[in-house]
Amino acid sequence: MPDLSLPRSRAAALAALIVLAALLAVLPFLTEAALGRSWVRVLDFALLYIILALGLNIVVGYAGLLDLGYVAFYALGAYLYAWLASPHFGLHLPFWAILPLGAVLAGVFGVLLGAPTLRLRGDYLAIVTLGFGEIIRIFMNNLNAPVNITNGPQGINLIDPVSVAGLSFGKTQQVLGLTVSSAHFYYYLFLAFTLVTLFIAYRLQDSRIGRAWVAIREDEVAAAAMGINTRNVKLLAFAMGAVFGGVAGGLFAAFQGFISPESFNLWESILILCMIVLGGMGHIPGVILGALLLTVLPEALRYLGDWQRIAFGQVYVEPTDLRMLLFGAALVLMMIYRPEGLIPSRQRKREFHAEDGVAEQEQASLYDTRV
Amino acid sequence: MLTVKAVSKHFGGIAALQAVSLEVRAAEIYGLIGPNGAGKTTLFNCMTGLYTVDAGEIRLAGAPVHNQKPHRIVARGFARTFQNIRLFANMSALENVQVGRHVRTRAGVWGAVLRDRRTRAEEADSRRRARELLDIVGLGHKARTLAGHLAYGEQRRLEIARALATEPRLLALDEPVAGMNPAERQQMRELFLRLRDQGLTLLLIEHDVKLVMGLCDRVAVLDYGRKIAEGSPSEVRRDPAVIAAYLGGEAA
Amino acid sequence: MEIFVQQLINGLVLGSIYALVALGYTMVYGILELINFAHGEVTMMGAMVALAVIGAIAGSALDLPGLLVVLAGVMVAIPACMALGYTIEKVAYRPLRRAPRLAPLITAIGVSIVLQNTAMLIWGRQYVSFPPLIPQNSHAILGAHITDLQIFIILLSLLIMAGLWLLVQKTSLGRAMRATAQSKEVAALMGVNVDRVISATFLIGSALAAVAGVMVSAYYGLAHYYMGFMLGLKAFSAAVLGGIGNIGGAMLGGLLLGVIEALGAGYIGDLTGGFLGSHYQDVFAFFVLILVLVFRPSGLLGERVASRA
Repeated sequence: MPDLSLPRSRAAALAALIVLAALLAVLPFLTEAALGRSWVRVLDFALLYIILALGLNIVVGYAGLLDLGYVAFYALGAYLYAWLASPHFGLHLPFWAILPLGAVLAGVFGVLLGAPTLRLRGDYLAIVTLGFGEIIRIFMNNLNAPVNITNGPQGINLIDPVSVAGLSFGKTQQVLGLTVSSAHFYYYLFLAFTLVTLFIAYRLQDSRIGRAWVAIREDEVAAAAMGINTRNVKLLAFAMGAVFGGVAGGLFAAFQGFISPESFNLWESILILCMIVLGGMGHIPGVILGALLLTVLPEALRYLGDWQRIAFGQVYVEPTDLRMLLFGAALVLMMIYRPEGLIPSRQRKREFHAEDGVAEQEQASLYDTRV
Repeated sequence: MLTVKAVSKHFGGIAALQAVSLEVRAAEIYGLIGPNGAGKTTLFNCMTGLYTVDAGEIRLAGAPVHNQKPHRIVARGFARTFQNIRLFANMSALENVQVGRHVRTRAGVWGAVLRDRRTRAEEADSRRRARELLDIVGLGHKARTLAGHLAYGEQRRLEIARALATEPRLLALDEPVAGMNPAERQQMRELFLRLRDQGLTLLLIEHDVKLVMGLCDRVAVLDYGRKIAEGSPSEVRRDPAVIAAYLGGEAA
Repeated sequence: MEIFVQQLINGLVLGSIYALVALGYTMVYGILELINFAHGEVTMMGAMVALAVIGAIAGSALDLPGLLVVLAGVMVAIPACMALGYTIEKVAYRPLRRAPRLAPLITAIGVSIVLQNTAMLIWGRQYVSFPPLIPQNSHAILGAHITDLQIFIILLSLLIMAGLWLLVQKTSLGRAMRATAQSKEVAALMGVNVDRVISATFLIGSALAAVAGVMVSAYYGLAHYYMGFMLGLKAFSAAVLGGIGNIGGAMLGGLLLGVIEALGAGYIGDLTGGFLGSHYQDVFAFFVLILVLVFRPSGLLGERVASRA
C-alpha cells in the first residue's frame, strides 16, 4: 500500500511520475549550477544514506528491533569491496561481482549477530548490537598485524571506482557532449540502487513477511501464538537490513576510493537511527525525508562558519562540531514532543501516544524463558 | 482430539497445575471452569507452547505437542485467543486476520519482492479468506479499521477470526465473551455452535457459568491447580466438590 | 606469576572504577528499567570538571598541597555531576516514563551525544592531562608493583560501596528505593514519593560517577571528551554481568570485569600465538556482555529480576 499521495486519475499520476523522473534526472546538473559541484557529492551521500536508512528501517521500524550496530554491516560491505578491488591485495574485481558478495557477507553476519541476541529484550538487544558494532570496528583497527588484512587505522586507499562498459566513474568524462563528473556518475548509480531499495522496501512492507515483522513488533507473544516462527522471522529482518548495509558499504568504498575504521564508528549507526526516528519509524516517506534532512542540513551548517566570519570576523564555534550536538538535541526533542516522527504512518502515531505500557509488561512476564 | 495427561507446572514454589489430565473429543465444545487463579489460563499457556510443562504430556490428535514452540503447535492445528486481548493494535482488522494466515502460506522474501504468480495468488487467497472470516464474526464492515480502534467486543471477535485463519482443528478460547453485552453473547454462542457443527473442536475457558452450562458438551472444573470434576454440565452441576469449590449457592 | 599478580592488581583497580560507574546503571535500571545510556558521559563530565578546577588551581599562584587540589576538584565535580544527573532525569526521562521502551532509550542516546559534544566544544578535541599532583610511590608485592594511587582507588571504592550498601539497607531512603524497585505503584500507595526516590537515585549515581571519573583520569593521567563512551559501556557490561538491578551484583561484576579484562589483555597474545595483541582489551567487555546475556541473562546475582517474572 504505497503511502505516497494518490492523485485522482491515472493520467495525473503518470504526469506526476514523469515530472518527478525528469527532476531526478536533471537534479545533479541543477544542483551543480546553483550550488556548485560539492553539493552534487552531498546528493550522492543523501542517496547512500537513504539506502542505509531504508535498510535499518526494516530492522527497527518494521520488526521493532533496536539495532545500534548497523554500521558493522556497512563496514563489512565497504571492506569487502576494498579487499577485492584495490592494490591492497592486488585484486581488481568488477563492482557487479563484489556488491552481491558484500550483500551475502553482510546478510550472513546479520544472522550470526542476530542468532545469539534475539532472545533478549529490546533494550538489551540495543546494547549488544552496539557491542558487536564496536567489536567489528576494533578488529578493523587492529587487523594489520601480524597479517595485514585491514591496514589498521590508516585504512585502505586507491580503491577502484565503479566502471561500466569501460567507462570509469572515477573521473570527469565527456558523455554525449556533456561534461559529466565523477559525482554525477555516482548520482545516477546511487539513484538506481535507491530506487531498487525503495521498491524492495515497499514490496516487503506489504507482504506476508512484512506483516509478520509488524506483528512481532506489536506483540511478540501473540505473533508466536498465531503461528509465526518469531526467531526465524526476526533473523530474516536482521539479515535483510544487513544486506542493504552491505551493498551501501560497497558503493561507499567505490565512491570514496578510501576507507578507514573511523568511517564506521558508533555515531554513524546513531546517525542512521536518527534519520529513521526523525522522519517517522516504519514509514518509508518519513525515513527518506529523515535521511535527506540529516545529510543536507549538516552541509548547510557549514555556512554558519561563513556567517560567523562575516558577523564577528572569526569563527567561534566550528560548525562541524555543532553537528552532532544538534542531532543529539533533535533526538531528545523528537522523542519528547513528536515521537512519531515528522511524517509518521498513521499507526505509529497512535502507538507512541498510547497511555500505558501494560501490554509490554505482560509480554515480559508471560513469556517463559525459552522461545 | 486433545489429551492432557498429568500435566504439572510450578512457578517458583507455587504449584500452578498439579497432575491435571483431561480429554477433549473431536467436534465437541469442552468447557474449562474454575475460580480465579485455579490455573485455567496457565493450562492454556502450557497447551499452546507459551509455557513449558514441568511434568506430564499433551497430545494433539495423538502427536505430542508439549514443550514445542508455539508456532509448531499452531501449524498442527491448535489455535487460541487471549483473555486479555492481544491483537496487533496498529494493524488493520484485515491485516490481523491475514497474520493468522501466515502459517498456512509460504511466500518468502523472493515472493514478496518479485510478486510472482504464486505469491499473487496466495495473497489474493489470503485476503479473500480473511474477509470471509471477518464476515463470519460480523466485522466485515471494519476490515480497514485499526484493531486498536475497535470496540471491546469487536476486538474479542477479531481475535477469534484471527485464530480461525490459522485453520485450526482445535480452537481454545480464553474467556471469549468477557465484557460483551447479552446480544453479543448470544451471537457468539450461535457462532460457537455453528463452528462445532462444521467439525471444529472448541475448548472454552469461561466465567459465565450459564453460557458454559448451556453450550458445552462436557466440562472440567479446576481448583487450586487440580481437576476436581469432569463430565456433562448436569453431572458437574451436581458434583459436591464443585458446589463447594465454585458454584456455591448458585447451583443449590 | 609476576605478570599474573600485576594484571590482577591492575584489574582490581580498573574493576573498582567500573563498579562505581556500574552502580549508577544498576540503580537506575532497578527502579526505572531504563538503560541510562548517558551515565558514561556523566562520568566523563565529572573527570572534565574536576580537571578544569584542578588545572585552574595548579596553574594559579596558590601553592596548595597536591592532594588538596585534587580534593577540591572532586568536591566541585560531585555537585556538578549531581546537578547534571538530576537535570537529565527531569528533562529527558521523566516525560517519557509511560512511553514505549524504545523512546527513553533513544532520548538517552541523544543526551549522551549532547553531553559528549558539549564537552568537546568546551574542552576541545585533544586530551586533557592530569597534572602530576599525586605522588607515585610504588610498593612491591609478589614481584609486582602497586602504587599509592592504586591502593587508594581500591580502598576508596570499597569504602564508598560499603557506604552505599548501608544507605540502601539501613536508611528510610534506601527502603523507599527498594520498594520503588519492586513496584512503583505499590510504593506510591504506601506513601513513597516515587519522583523523589527516582531523583535521589540519579543524584547518588551521578555522585559516584563523578568520583569514578576523577579516579579514572588520575589513574591514566588524562581525560578526554570521548572517554565516557567506552567506560560507560564497560560499566554497563559489568552491571549486566553481576545482574542488573542488583547493587551487590554491580560491585561484583565491576571487579570481575576489570580482572577479566586485565588478565585477558595480559594473556591474549600467548593464547592466540601472537595473532591478537593487548590492544584488543576493549573487546573482552563485549564478549563477556554477550556471553552473559546469552547464557545467564539474569547475571551472576540476578535473582531479583528473575523472580519478578
